[in-house]
Amino acid sequence: MTAPIGLGLGVVVGYLLVALTIGLVAYRLTETTAEDYYLANRSIGTVVLLFTTFATLLSAFTFFGGPNLAYAAGPEWLIVMGTLDGVLFAVLWYVVGYKQWLIGDRHGYVTLGEMLGDRFGSPGLRALVAGVSLLWLFPYVMLQQMGAGEALVGLTGGAVPYWGGAALITAFMIAYVTLAGLRGVAWTDTIQGLFMLSVVWVAAAWVVSAVGGVGAATGSMVAARPEFASFGGGVYTPGFIVSTAITIAFGVTMFPQINQRFFVAESGMVFKRSFALWPVLVLLLFVPAFLLGAWAVGMPVDVPEGANVLPVVLNAYTPTWFAALVIAGAMAAMMSSSDSMLLSGSSYFTRDLYRPFVAPDASERREAWVARTGVVAFATLAFLASLLRPGTLIQVGDTAFSGFALLSLPTLCALYWDRTTRDGMAVGIAVPQAIYLLVVLSSVLPVVPTLPRTISVAGSGGWDVALGLMVLSAVLTVGVSLLTAPTAESDASRFAVAGD
Amino acid sequence: MRVRRDLVWIPVFAALVAFAVPWPLWGVDRVVAGLPAWIWWHVGWLVLCSAAFRLFVRSGAWERGMGLDSPGGAGGTDASAGRGDRR
Repeated sequence: MTAPIGLGLGVVVGYLLVALTIGLVAYRLTETTAEDYYLANRSIGTVVLLFTTFATLLSAFTFFGGPNLAYAAGPEWLIVMGTLDGVLFAVLWYVVGYKQWLIGDRHGYVTLGEMLGDRFGSPGLRALVAGVSLLWLFPYVMLQQMGAGEALVGLTGGAVPYWGGAALITAFMIAYVTLAGLRGVAWTDTIQGLFMLSVVWVAAAWVVSAVGGVGAATGSMVAARPEFASFGGGVYTPGFIVSTAITIAFGVTMFPQINQRFFVAESGMVFKRSFALWPVLVLLLFVPAFLLGAWAVGMPVDVPEGANVLPVVLNAYTPTWFAALVIAGAMAAMMSSSDSMLLSGSSYFTRDLYRPFVAPDASERREAWVARTGVVAFATLAFLASLLRPGTLIQVGDTAFSGFALLSLPTLCALYWDRTTRDGMAVGIAVPQAIYLLVVLSSVLPVVPTLPRTISVAGSGGWDVALGLMVLSAVLTVGVSLLTAPTAESDASRFAVAGD
Repeated sequence: MRVRRDLVWIPVFAALVAFAVPWPLWGVDRVVAGLPAWIWWHVGWLVLCSAAFRLFVRSGAWERGMGLDSPGGAGGTDASAGRGDRR
């Protein structure tokens, strides 16, 4: 048993080293300016933008959480993720992303907080957006570490402990982000994205041929769990499907590492091409990954409690080296998400909090040093928190997404409605965030009574409370804006894209 | 000069998002060509979305929707050269 474990680990570590080499090459090409470090000088083309967004978006949540949920509750997760990522996010990509790109390109913005803060002439608003973003980034970085820990436990049959995997990815992320800027991240993302797509299809082909074809795989799945064939039912209530799809899709657009991707495109054409190719790309990855999870219920495999289903299936039907390669692919997905997260987090921290409030006249060198120290501290704290395993991958991910989703409607107001005021933005962001934080904390802190995370509506299942808070954020932003006058410092023309 | 025809994209996008969930197949458990029928709906729908997005881009409505009017209106993807493209 030792040899295959060594082989598996060897593949994963070898893969990490290849990624690190790419990062080093990019590092040599990166200038010392913030715009180049964080945005690769806004020079990203279609293929790289597509894959860097793709690989950044797809993380432990997709790769392990998705198949696990399909295994436990049925393949409908494919629809939830397909709807939110493939369609709704694509539409938001146009509505939020393209406008943001046009504005960012004009004024040289690097972060969302900077863009909104400048529009409303309010450093406070800038800090609020950055603070909220960093707050929700934390559980999501943690999620990647949890995923990596579980991945290596699955791959090595427990020889590498959970904390070992989480520590490995933490060390790698820190090394990577402190060295390479966005250029390195985007390049490795492209390779990782292509790699993930290929291995998942080979994995599906391998497993399907071993069990006797797609029909046979579905047949055994339906024999084991008849309800898996029909759409809906179980956890998949209309309330769950709609809430999850909306909160995640809107959350994704406000996710620092995705939102910053809106600033990096080389031209408008890059956006247009990426937008049209996006749904097909999403389809190509999710169908095989989630179906493997669902088919597993009909396979004679034993998935231990708390383990991830994908590695178990691969270990049963494919050679160790290939299973290791897929796990390496999944680790790649996690890394490409978490290195981007840390990079974005560090730009939010230094540009929106450190420079305006702590050291306005800090040198570039000092700022770079602070950014890197911040990355180390953030990743280490998230690692320590991941050791506590405060929920499943899906739960942790969903909590973070909803937190981000609450930023989206005030941002949309600011982008499209000139009458939006600074106070409207501040109230529209702060109040729903405070309520949501209370709801989340109440489930972990024993001192406060637990507030419900979902509210059931007759016959349609539970609706995520975040959905209601999103509506509240829009109502507050619009309402308070109408009641207050624009401040002297705010300037709606900063968000105008036509004319000069 | 916003082209009124562009407004048709709003209901089109709404329908694309709404029916990305195969509501008409709720509870249907027929297996077709090895996969549940609703999975085929999903596959077909995302391909349809991709095609619709492409049409949207080509129509020039993308630029007009952002207020970046180009002379002649439906200037197709070249409209971006007017304002949207950096280089």
